[in-house]
Amino acid sequence: MTGRRTVEVDGTAVAIEPGATILDACRAGGVDVPTLCYLETLTPANACRLCSVEVEGSRTLVPACSRIAEDGMVIRTATDRVRHARRMILEFLAVAVDLTTAPELLEAMAVYGADPSRYGTDDGSPRPDAVVDNDLYVRDLDKCVLCYRCVEACGDDAQHTYAITIADRGAAARVATEFDVALPDSACVFCGNCVAVCPTGALMVKTEFDMRVAGTWHEEAQTVTRTVCGYCGVGCNLDVHVQDGAIVKVTSPFDHDVTAGNLCIKGRFGWTHVRAGVDGA
Amino acid sequence: MFGAGGGTSSYEEIEHTDLIVLWGSNARAAHPIFFHHLLKGIDNGARMIAIDPRRTESAAWADLWLGLDVGTDIALANAVGREIIAAGLTDDEFIARATTGFDAYAESVEPYTLDHAADLTGVPAEAIRELAHAYAKAPTAQLCWTLGITEHHNASDNVFALIDLALLTGHVGRYGSGLVPIRGQNNVQGGGDMGALPNKLPGFQDVADDGARRRFEDAWGCAVPAEPGWHLSQMFEAMERGDLRALYVIGENPAQSEADGTRARRALDGLDHLVVQDIFFTATAELADVVLPAGAAWAESEGTVTSSERRVQRVRRVVPPPGNARDDIDILVDLARRLGHDWGQPTAEEVWDELRSLSPIHAGMSYRRLEELGGIQWPCRDEEDPGSRFLHGRLWEDPPRGPKAPFTPVEHDPPKDELTDDYPIRLTTGRHLDSYNTGVQSGRYRSPRRTGGTIDLSPEDAASMGLAAGERARVISRRGSVVAPVRIDRSLRPGLAFMAFHYPEDVDTNRLTLDEWDPKSGTAEFKATAVRIEREP
Repeated sequence: MTGRRTVEVDGTAVAIEPGATILDACRAGGVDVPTLCYLETLTPANACRLCSVEVEGSRTLVPACSRIAEDGMVIRTATDRVRHARRMILEFLAVAVDLTTAPELLEAMAVYGADPSRYGTDDGSPRPDAVVDNDLYVRDLDKCVLCYRCVEACGDDAQHTYAITIADRGAAARVATEFDVALPDSACVFCGNCVAVCPTGALMVKTEFDMRVAGTWHEEAQTVTRTVCGYCGVGCNLDVHVQDGAIVKVTSPFDHDVTAGNLCIKGRFGWTHVRAGVDGA
Repeated sequence: MFGAGGGTSSYEEIEHTDLIVLWGSNARAAHPIFFHHLLKGIDNGARMIAIDPRRTESAAWADLWLGLDVGTDIALANAVGREIIAAGLTDDEFIARATTGFDAYAESVEPYTLDHAADLTGVPAEAIRELAHAYAKAPTAQLCWTLGITEHHNASDNVFALIDLALLTGHVGRYGSGLVPIRGQNNVQGGGDMGALPNKLPGFQDVADDGARRRFEDAWGCAVPAEPGWHLSQMFEAMERGDLRALYVIGENPAQSEADGTRARRALDGLDHLVVQDIFFTATAELADVVLPAGAAWAESEGTVTSSERRVQRVRRVVPPPGNARDDIDILVDLARRLGHDWGQPTAEEVWDELRSLSPIHAGMSYRRLEELGGIQWPCRDEEDPGSRFLHGRLWEDPPRGPKAPFTPVEHDPPKDELTDDYPIRLTTGRHLDSYNTGVQSGRYRSPRRTGGTIDLSPEDAASMGLAAGERARVISRRGSVVAPVRIDRSLRPGLAFMAFHYPEDVDTNRLTLDEWDPKSGTAEFKATAVRIEREP
């Protein structure tokens, strides 16, 4: 497994390192491939297939995020077949799920001309309400696309707490705690590392959820400043989101090697002492 | 260790090591993101051995847990050392090339046979043997510890006992092998870096070093005393003697964080003048003559902090300090001006650049480079220097550079607060995942996991005392008593109780603890208190 290899992406030769995926090759070649369940810090779950591409000699479409690129592979990312598959994946998601807080997916729908209305309009059947069972984060299963990112982040890929997994099958499938208990009664340790990886806002910190409900969440008016957590001595980097002079959310950079985007409950939620008691906080 | 106080390794190394020894650390709760790196190591195939009186949520991840009695770490470490020597598992080449004092060390550990250590520590001899053989035979090993080692009256000796094991086996100075103290507070490492130690100038330069002192005197235009100052425990003794009459406390809450809190408050009460600079009106501030409201360092000021892997990183002002609160530098400069010294109006970066000009290990860390590189690990001697992933690689060079690393023989010395019929239970203290120290900051967010202050008992002790979960019990030590609800904790063995210290308004745990302190570091023995527990009517 030594030596670089070469693949062809949409007619252009791209040199890659051994072990690189098709997605890595595409990105190295400057070719945009949409992803949904994939995240750099997580093991590919192969759940959404939005990154599907054609590989010469392969009968089916191939998920770019997880398939290791082989020397001489011929990859096509923009064929009718690929575009058709992506469009239908997006349409199927959009008819079943509320994507209003998933801007990247909405953008992808525009790019691929996805039109969920051709499967009919909302039949008015009841949709799940957001679950507000604690002060730190909210679960809205109506926005969940079952991408498995939260399950992976809670499990082997980061937190190793295993508080959540996919329960049931088919249309009943959903992310749940053990025996479907409320989060405070579950194994959850409220690190919020699931919230950090959620691509659709199905998991959302409570401050953001409340402000969205009140219509006061204005992301375009927010600043994000990098600092270091004030609690223990590990030195986790924090990205502090500020709106109108007040902290509204704390995240951590995925590309920093101390945290890889992860935090503990104190780092992610323990910031309310800043300006406590002033400005009505 | 070996002169400059800092862990030898990077977090990344624990992901690629062969053996993880976690000694006196519940990192899963107290350092959760360090534990992420540790878990990657386990996922990558490392074995883990945990040494802790409690079978903590960290120990639950270990292949082997050594549940030693509180304060018997040296007996255990010396037995491990003796077994490594007796079994012929020492790294003789490393010992010869890089260390001094092996013979005296070998002689000192000779009495610590496996059976004798089993008697002293409560750990089965076979488990001690397994730890010794695993550590000595591992190609690489990370020996990690926290306050379970350092909050004892013989804290420094505990650390020496662990360093000796690394020297015996060559587990230091190589990628994947090192000594890893994980720091409890976000800038306790940085405080040491900056010379907030009684015997050090910034950059761990000794106050007794004439050349170093002269550089600071030239830069500052004043004389720097050659004698070490007092550490915190010595300050409290000086207050009791009346030798220390005025105290300026910045960002610390000793009225609630000091061991033997009743005595600490009495000392603070007896001062002529107490100034407290803090972000909240803490219990210590309540005792003060003057309170200076300050900004929260991590979010309302510019500067740097140093993490447990010696990485200096930037903190930035996210929001301005509220109301009358001011930046720490601003307060200090203004105070100096009132005392007749005009320090100008330096920015945090200007203060840092002065530090860089005086501390060689920080010299290459410009703000620009700290930003570009996401932090830099010291030593970083110039602006071409990428910083140091691990320390003491010099010991492996041919020939080794610099002074050799000395073995330091140390003897078992049990906790000062003796167990007797009147005080039969060993109380140890520690942290909860969602809280921090005396709760000044962490008490202000709403955690679904917060249990509040409890007295945690083993199922066996609770049963024999006739106490059920949630019932209130009085915990009595030789210095004071507190009342707390009972929590049953299966991680505890009979005779061992646990309390956190995050909720002093409700349960002031440090009213119980003993301020017998380590003469070298000044750290009090928070981890070993003798108590009895009675039902509270």
